[in-house]
Amino acid sequence: MTDVAEKVIGIIAEQAVLDVEDVKPEATLEDLGIDSLGLVESIFAIEEAFDIQVPFNANEPDAGDFDISSVAAIIKAVEGLVADAA
Amino acid sequence: MKRVVITGQGTINALGANVAATKEAMREGRCGIGELEMRDLDRLSVRIGGQIKDYDPEALFNRQQISLYDRFTQFTLISAREAIAQSGLVFSGELAARSGVVLGTSGGGMQTLDENYRSVYEDGKNRVHPFVVPKLMNNAAASHVSMEFNLKGPSFTVATACASSNHAMGQAFNMIRWGMAPVMITGGSESMLCFGGVKAWEGLRVMSRDACRPFSANRNGMVQGEGAAVFVFEEYEHAKARGAEILAEVVGFAMTSDAADIVMPSKQGAARAISGALRDARLNPEDVCYINAHGTGTAANDKVECAAVADVFGHHADELMISSTKSMHGHLIGGTGAVELLACIMALTDGVIAPTINYEEPDPECALDVVPNVAREAEVGAVLSNAFAFGGLNAVLALRKAI
Repeated sequence: MTDVAEKVIGIIAEQAVLDVEDVKPEATLEDLGIDSLGLVESIFAIEEAFDIQVPFNANEPDAGDFDISSVAAIIKAVEGLVADAA
Repeated sequence: MKRVVITGQGTINALGANVAATKEAMREGRCGIGELEMRDLDRLSVRIGGQIKDYDPEALFNRQQISLYDRFTQFTLISAREAIAQSGLVFSGELAARSGVVLGTSGGGMQTLDENYRSVYEDGKNRVHPFVVPKLMNNAAASHVSMEFNLKGPSFTVATACASSNHAMGQAFNMIRWGMAPVMITGGSESMLCFGGVKAWEGLRVMSRDACRPFSANRNGMVQGEGAAVFVFEEYEHAKARGAEILAEVVGFAMTSDAADIVMPSKQGAARAISGALRDARLNPEDVCYINAHGTGTAANDKVECAAVADVFGHHADELMISSTKSMHGHLIGGTGAVELLACIMALTDGVIAPTINYEEPDPECALDVVPNVAREAEVGAVLSNAFAFGGLNAVLALRKAI
């Protein structure tokens, strides 16, 4: 697992109040019991952890390039943003 | 017109983390005001307050709740839990659909504002936590009470500075009285003891640097406090039918506006509110045994308040007792009337009048029985609670012993 993946899973696990092992890459946020407030809080935590700007607007969650359809998708999107910032 | 009774009370403030501890402190004339603990204290010239010490939110709220609840909301929920548990009410069905919450606060989520302004202005951060708005909004506390207890009727927040709680409780009283709701959860909360909150008050130059000494000739200003008190106001027949313990009856309320000055109090405005509450309660002046004063400990308030009481009560002003419990818990601004209502209820239920502590020198302009320094036992039938806000907004409640 990459460094980014580990950190993202840690953030999502904390938000979902789950153990890290229980956050599977294929899971959706809904599967993990993360609601809309939990989602924006996770995005905030990701921005803080990686010092990046996540293009996400809660009014159009599916718009933009930031894919939140699964844990794996979020990791991939964050890896992209981290690479762009480097 | 329906009768309105109080069937539950709860609090957390500098005197205690619940009603029993607060009443004991008031009975003993204990002072909850001390050295403030906060960041950048060395940049403040006012360094005392009625701050809640040894407070552990993690023991009462989970992590998700703490990330959503400003300190003023936490204080409100702690108080609401105690009050509603005492009342024995569980809100479901028709009762839930018609019952609501009306609370007072002046600053709302001031700690949240302070922390986040610091973060973006001082620390230069460009990102704030997503819950800043839902934490700081003035109605956050009322909304969280509605959610925790399933209250689906009329709920809102009243902000009238130092009279916020009295105005809120006055609304709750009248809503039940006119049949709009069978039960209202009411009171108020404040948590302004943060750097910006104290600094703002400091600017006005009305704060004492050593103690709150209401009515004493050597008084030198007010002292801020923090905390909340919440009550269950219930329609009398509803309470009686379920065999609830009735703590006191709310019998009258009046509000007036000075329409004069943004900070200086007015004797006429205060007197009109006091006499209005008596009229609304159908009480004769002689019926009132005790007044919980606004009694801020400022030069202006205390003499104006005593003059207003003397005007309304005439000779009876010398017979009644009037004390300011702000001397013990500090001025909770938007939450103050709620915490002070605890002293009013204690007078009615326990026959104990909370004292005005730190009283050192008589002031001829405050020549009333201010219950100096030591609590007093007295058989009390009816009481008033005064609140006179900056902006000249006055709100007075009248309570009677439960019968």
